[in-house]
Amino acid sequence: MENGDTKPRRAGGRLCCLCNNRRAALKRPKTLEQICRECFYEVFEEEIHQVIVDNQLFKPGERIGIGASGGKDSTVLAYVLSELNRRHNYGLDLFLLSVDEGITGYRDDSLETVKRNEVQYGLPLKIVSYKDLYGWTMDEIVKMIGLKNNCTFCGVFRRQALDRGAALLKVDKLVTGHNADDIAETVLLNILRGDVARYELLLEIEQMYCNYNRRRRANSEMQTFQNLNLICTYAYFKRLDYFSTECIYSPNAYRGFAREFIKDLERMRPRAILDIIKSGEDFRIATTTKMPEQGNCARCGYISSQKWCKACVLLEGLNRGLPKIGIGRSRGIDNDHQKEMKRSNGSKNIESKQCGTLDF
Amino acid sequence: MKLTIEFGGGLELLCDSVKIHKVNVELKNGEKKLTMKDLLAWVGSNLIKERPEMFMKGDSVRPGVLVLVNDCDWELSGQLDTTLEDEDVVVFISTLHGG
Repeated sequence: MENGDTKPRRAGGRLCCLCNNRRAALKRPKTLEQICRECFYEVFEEEIHQVIVDNQLFKPGERIGIGASGGKDSTVLAYVLSELNRRHNYGLDLFLLSVDEGITGYRDDSLETVKRNEVQYGLPLKIVSYKDLYGWTMDEIVKMIGLKNNCTFCGVFRRQALDRGAALLKVDKLVTGHNADDIAETVLLNILRGDVARYELLLEIEQMYCNYNRRRRANSEMQTFQNLNLICTYAYFKRLDYFSTECIYSPNAYRGFAREFIKDLERMRPRAILDIIKSGEDFRIATTTKMPEQGNCARCGYISSQKWCKACVLLEGLNRGLPKIGIGRSRGIDNDHQKEMKRSNGSKNIESKQCGTLDF
Repeated sequence: MKLTIEFGGGLELLCDSVKIHKVNVELKNGEKKLTMKDLLAWVGSNLIKERPEMFMKGDSVRPGVLVLVNDCDWELSGQLDTTLEDEDVVVFISTLHGG
């Protein structure tokens, strides 16, 4: 957090529109105001504070887990939340929670970052690993299934690993940091895939707010709603220590296209990203569309809309040497399960997929 | 012209994992000033060792790369037309990575 070599310089360097005192350092995408570094910190942090206060996310004395990957989003979240906790006397006990997927050359390095964050922010750290929870590391999974669909395994397992870690830490709530760009990307991808009426979109959109009720444990998700640029700029100005290598197993091709598209839009119109999220929020699923019911997994008890949760289906496939189970849309764990899925989810094949109509 | 060029957010991987480069950029014959456009071309051919498409798109940076000139977003100073001065610090940060 140094003051850098900002020279008092050159004509045309405008003053900050908020304090009218210091030289502007960046433009807010939301308002296009030009603001200085100090006002940027203030606006950025207070915006998050406002989300917390308006949604009454926390109560004094609560134990809060922060999902920490070592990347920019979670590092900024951990830093800002511990700052705000101090500044506004939230009275929270904060913990860092990391998931070790078992990816050599990627996660082992990023966990080193989280371990440094533990010291830098003085927050206790808990690491849960896929190996301990599921008996498999991602390295082993990729060795078995190759580089197709591996992200499905990782995503499903991580979601559940975070919840299990939260239970081990006995935290009341879990917060995860997502940037606006990722959310906007997800909104676009879900629409492009025709998934608008499906549970995933709803879930993802709901996750952006505090999702108290849906999960078995009180487990809130906090949406920071900050543009990616701002998060990176914040992390750079504050000299935060984060890890920025792309996962070695994630080709992420289709996501890459959506990302480039969004970035091009942003260049033409800085508000575009926030506007896409707004559109995503405004989607309403017609009430005639049958939505899956929320129950519990018959095997592990985790929340699930099916007989078995996705993680158990995938794990069963791995352990039986049939890793394709649970990947496609029409494959179940066995015939019974398939029937069960048909019954509970309307149908799984495209022809008879219920998409419903959309109200705006 | 003496400049400090810094890469972050993974862009340093494109130039032998060196984050901070103290460089001396020669002005082209007859030119009196150096713009960001000139500097990008110079960086592209002198510092970036691999996968230049991760850094450049057309004659500008790839969307998703943040550019700060003396800790100020280059959008405020005219992007490619920003004029550089001796001892300026130019930072490139990729925002396109996991996290």
